[in-house]
Amino acid sequence: MPPDSGIGPEDDPALVAALIAVAPQALGGVVLKGGPGPERDAWLSTLSRLTDGRALARVPFDIGDDRLIGGLDLAATMAAGRAVLDRGLLAGADGGIVVVAMAERWTTAAMQRICAAIDTGCVRVEREGLSETLPASFGVVALDEGIEDDEFVPPTLTDRLAFTLYVTAFDPVDPDAPGFAPEDVAAARARLDRIGFGREAYARLCETALALGIPSLRAPQLAAVAARAHAALYGRERVTAEDLEAACRLCLLPRATQLPAPPEQTEQPPEEPPPKEAPEDLPSDNDTQNEDRSEPPEAPETERPDDAPADDDRSDSTPSPPDEDAMIEAAVAALPEGLLGLLEKRAGGRRAMRKADRGKAGIRAETRAQGRARGARAGDPKSGARLDVSATLRAAAPWQRIRREACRVAGDSPRPVVRVEDFRVRRYEQRTTTTIVFLVDASGSQAVNRLAEAKGAVESLLADCYVRRDRVALITFRRQSADLVLPPTRSLVAAKKRLSRMPGGGGTPMALGLDAGLELAQSLEKRGDHAQLVVITDGRANVTRAGEGNPERATEEAFNAARAIAESRLDVLLIDASPRPRPAARELASALNADYLPLPYAAAAGVSRAVRNTLASAA
Amino acid sequence: MSPPRRYPFSAIVAQEEMKQALVSVAVDPGIGGVLVFGERGTGKSTAVRALAQLLPKIERVKDCLYNCAPDRPAGLCPRCAEGSAAETEACTVPVVDLPLGASEDRVVGSLDLEAALNRGEKVFEPGLLARANRGFLYIDEVNLLDDHLVDLLIDVAASGENLVEREGLSIRHPARFVLVGSGNPEEGELRPQLLDRFGMSVDVGTPDEIDDRVEVVMRRDAFERDPAAFVKQYQRKESKLRDQIVAAREALEDIETGREVLEAAAALCRSLKTDGLRGEITLMKAARAQAALAGESKVTLDDLKRVAPSVLRHRLRRSPLDDASSSVRVERAMEELFDAA
Repeated sequence: MPPDSGIGPEDDPALVAALIAVAPQALGGVVLKGGPGPERDAWLSTLSRLTDGRALARVPFDIGDDRLIGGLDLAATMAAGRAVLDRGLLAGADGGIVVVAMAERWTTAAMQRICAAIDTGCVRVEREGLSETLPASFGVVALDEGIEDDEFVPPTLTDRLAFTLYVTAFDPVDPDAPGFAPEDVAAARARLDRIGFGREAYARLCETALALGIPSLRAPQLAAVAARAHAALYGRERVTAEDLEAACRLCLLPRATQLPAPPEQTEQPPEEPPPKEAPEDLPSDNDTQNEDRSEPPEAPETERPDDAPADDDRSDSTPSPPDEDAMIEAAVAALPEGLLGLLEKRAGGRRAMRKADRGKAGIRAETRAQGRARGARAGDPKSGARLDVSATLRAAAPWQRIRREACRVAGDSPRPVVRVEDFRVRRYEQRTTTTIVFLVDASGSQAVNRLAEAKGAVESLLADCYVRRDRVALITFRRQSADLVLPPTRSLVAAKKRLSRMPGGGGTPMALGLDAGLELAQSLEKRGDHAQLVVITDGRANVTRAGEGNPERATEEAFNAARAIAESRLDVLLIDASPRPRPAARELASALNADYLPLPYAAAAGVSRAVRNTLASAA
Repeated sequence: MSPPRRYPFSAIVAQEEMKQALVSVAVDPGIGGVLVFGERGTGKSTAVRALAQLLPKIERVKDCLYNCAPDRPAGLCPRCAEGSAAETEACTVPVVDLPLGASEDRVVGSLDLEAALNRGEKVFEPGLLARANRGFLYIDEVNLLDDHLVDLLIDVAASGENLVEREGLSIRHPARFVLVGSGNPEEGELRPQLLDRFGMSVDVGTPDEIDDRVEVVMRRDAFERDPAAFVKQYQRKESKLRDQIVAAREALEDIETGREVLEAAAALCRSLKTDGLRGEITLMKAARAQAALAGESKVTLDDLKRVAPSVLRHRLRRSPLDDASSSVRVERAMEELFDAA
């Protein structure tokens, strides 16, 4: 028996599992957020139990097309004597649930295969001479373990999934706890098609979606399905306010990009349809074409299918659909706490490009074929990797006897048979270079010792970098300019020479120095290197970008430049080289979003050790 | 298994400009590709697939990977050219999705490694361009695609042939398709040279009117719940549109283009300062397709006005001083030219 209607949001995980079990393909599925753990496993096993105990099909990350979409089934071919198709994972999951692991790491391109299957309900297998369309209609559980801002499941998939769920407090011990039982789910499924749902209900969902700033029209449509499934689960004949609220909470809220404007107090409730229309509001869906609308001239007059189910009994006194404002209020009241912060972040503008999509195809192909060779792995040479012929033949060798049998049965002459799964491609190790850019304040406000220490630190770091194959660059700023004294290099000799000739004294053009540091770091990042910035200064700016001595303006400019660096998300370390730690340097460090390290009278070795430690923890 | 039911083209709510553009290129693929700009969930890919479903089926050699037309011996792929009178079958106009991040050999085709290793033969394994022959190639997020891939696609679309020279292969096969690209303009821009090579462009957004939005959701839901019934509801309209397109295709060659229309097109392009002559040529082709669809025998100024925004809006040189969007500029220019006269 489904529990009482007093089910609260903390029971949402169980509710979502039941809803998905009722209509997996119509609802699309769910994005499951949170790391691996007992709660997630418990939820998945609950879902499996509710879908007739069918095992959930797991799609591993980086699965090949052959396994996903299908290909030739070797064993069956041999047995049957003709080409037999291997259905592939998606077709095999027809009618069930597919679990996509590490969904935030999938590239958009790879995800499009699954999305195409969701859209059309089938997969198309094409190999030479073989072309078949197989039914593949399933629900998707996308496991999202992303933490960073740029790690998220491709929107092309999430748009098609009705729910988003944070599984944190699912009770793993008692599987029947907020329980829905498989019988309830089965009964709901049978009931689903007959649930009444009228135009007003659609309108409410659309309005709520609009108020929450959700542009996609898939969202209200999926919410409509969810509301119907909810009604079916609770044994209702028609969708009620409660069903719509649940649908809003589960489907629309997670996609919200803005908080709805608060409902005006003086508003009368005129949106309530007049009572005589109330029974008409929630008739069976086939009536929708005949309702009075001034709109599209395309209402076909005659084309109502004859086997439409009879109109629902209109003599029931149905509750009129909920007031729009009440629904929005209820939805807002159910806002989980973290969502407000999320909304603010999302409202802040364009979403960053996903980490998984970032490398362009060209660059990725190159790294697959460059670097130090490290053996072979199974893979498809089409993706740009290089075929390792001997390893491939070696992998195919043990299967020759079986495959020749198959060839003989199929009528081919027996030859060495190599299949796609035998391909081995070379693996290369590619490491990105790290370049540490030192930005040194060479002005007179730094005592000469500071400068000497800075030089010493850089030298000892160079020695380290030589071992680790990292690079070092040095920019100094003093008087009225910033100079690239040492371009990125691994060469100890050249470095030492430049360092010894580095002069000091003059004013502090901080903004110019920071600009130069940012420019160099960004050009390095663009080339694929990893750049880190170490700023050695006492934080007191007194020369503006234009070259005039104006401490206030210079400080303002310096902070602007610092903010630009902070936005670029570089790893930055600021070493305070003033004799006594002063607020100036600390403030600059926070504007830079940098780690702060005070080092009064520190020895060069100490500086270099500190730099290494801090940067290592930041990396 | 019967092919999946697609959402009917005539059941798409609003989006008139996009529908008009797609129907135009169905009548005359020579217009060039169509760019559809808009956010996610605005029905872009639905429309393209729906159109392909709407168009009359094509006859092809059974299971041919290049969709060869049996009655055109000149355009056959190597495999069909050598085969004897093979079986033919009727199939829906193909719509091929180009995935983001597709590698070049997946798109263009490559050496069949299994054949090479097993039999020592150089066999060409056709790529996506082959499968899209005589159909549509749909690229989602075209503004994020690698530039060299877009170049390649546009070249192939313009020449109608895919020339493959790689890995010891030298293959040429027919690749006539209509390129449809969609994308969110906020995420990146296409270079002007590439923009210019698309025939028409449209901006789509989710409808503003709440009633339209509700209608979209209701229809979509009804379709999902009972595709067969929904499709049946719109069958008559679909047939009507299909007949219209077929008739327009046949009538296209005989449409007259009067000199005043040509001059008007040239004047419009000159006042908008579009680069090159592609704008004018495409404008004429699109106007003729419009006239054909309307059943007219001659292109009128009205036809021109109707297609001008979608043909010209992506070819304008963006001036930083002019805040108005491109569509507005086109309309302004049209007003000055035509309504003053």
